[in-house]
Amino acid sequence: MPEAIRLAQSFIEALPHSRALGMTVEALGEGRADLSMPYDARLVGDPATGVIHGGAISALMDTASGAAVMCHASAPASTATLDLRIDYFRSATPGQRIVARAECYHVTRSVAFVRVTAWDEDAARPVAAATGAFTLERRAP
Amino acid sequence: MSSTRPEPVQVIKQRRDAALEALVAGVPYIQWLGIRFDRRGDELTAILPFDEKLIGNPALPALHGGATAAFLEVAAVIELAWAGMWGEMEAAGTAPAAAAARLHLPKTIDFTVDYLRAGLPRDAYARARINRSGRRYASVHVEAWQDNRARLFAQGTGHFLMPEAAGQHEA
Repeated sequence: MPEAIRLAQSFIEALPHSRALGMTVEALGEGRADLSMPYDARLVGDPATGVIHGGAISALMDTASGAAVMCHASAPASTATLDLRIDYFRSATPGQRIVARAECYHVTRSVAFVRVTAWDEDAARPVAAATGAFTLERRAP
Repeated sequence: MSSTRPEPVQVIKQRRDAALEALVAGVPYIQWLGIRFDRRGDELTAILPFDEKLIGNPALPALHGGATAAFLEVAAVIELAWAGMWGEMEAAGTAPAAAAARLHLPKTIDFTVDYLRAGLPRDAYARARINRSGRRYASVHVEAWQDNRARLFAQGTGHFLMPEAAGQHEA
C-alpha cells in the first residue's frame, strides 16, 4: 500500500467524530476516497419517516473529501475544509447505508479542490453531492 | 378592540418553550449532537456543548468540519420552522403537539459552509437570519462563534424548500 494511502487511512480512523458516526474506508486511490456510513437510528432527522439527517451525510462527504486530499500524489501533511457546498437531491432510504465517493481533482501550492457524491443502495440515484476547497499543508522538503 | 387582558407572562413562556421543545426534542440527530436552543422572545440561539465525539482533528484538537456543518444546518432549519409556526402558535394560544410542530420542518436544497477558523474544543453558538422566506423557497444565513460573538469560526447560507402542509395554514 503506498505511503500516502496508508497515511490517509490512519488520518480517517483517528477522527473521533467519524468514528462516532461509524464511518469505514471502503477504497482509497490517488486523490480518491470511498467512505461508507451505516444506517443508525441516532442519526435520524425526521422521526416520522426514519430518514437520516442531511447533516450526517454532510459529515460523511466532508470526511471523504478530506481523505481524498490526503490521498493526493503530493502526499500532504494535513488538510482542513475551507468551504463546502452541499446539494441535497433526495431523502436517503431508511435502513440503507450511505457511500460517499470523493475526488480531489485539482491542487495548487496551498489549496485542494474536491467533488464528492453520496448514494444509498440505489447507485442510479445519488442522495447528495458537494464541492469544496480544502487547505493543503505540504510536507517540508 | 379586544378588551381581554394580556396573558400572564408565565403562560406565554410556558407555551413558547413547549412549542420549541416539541420541534426539537423528537429529532434523534439533534439530540445525538447535543444541540440545545436558548430562546429570548422569538430569537433563538443554537448551542452545541463541547463533546469528545465532535472532534475531527485530535492533534489540534479541532471540531470536525462535518459536525460544524450539521450544527449550522440544524440552526437554520429550526429557525425556519420556528418562524413558520410562531404565528399559528400565538393565535391558537397553545403549543402544537410534536408531530404538528415537525410539519413545519423545511427540506434543505443546498447548504454552503464557510470555515473561517478552526473550531476549538469548547461550546459553540449559532444564530440564523432568514433573508428571504417565500411560499416555496427560503434563504437563510447562519453565523457561528465560540468565545467572542464578533469572531465567527464558521458561517453558512442555505436554501430550503418550505413544507406544503404547513404553508397552507398561513393564508
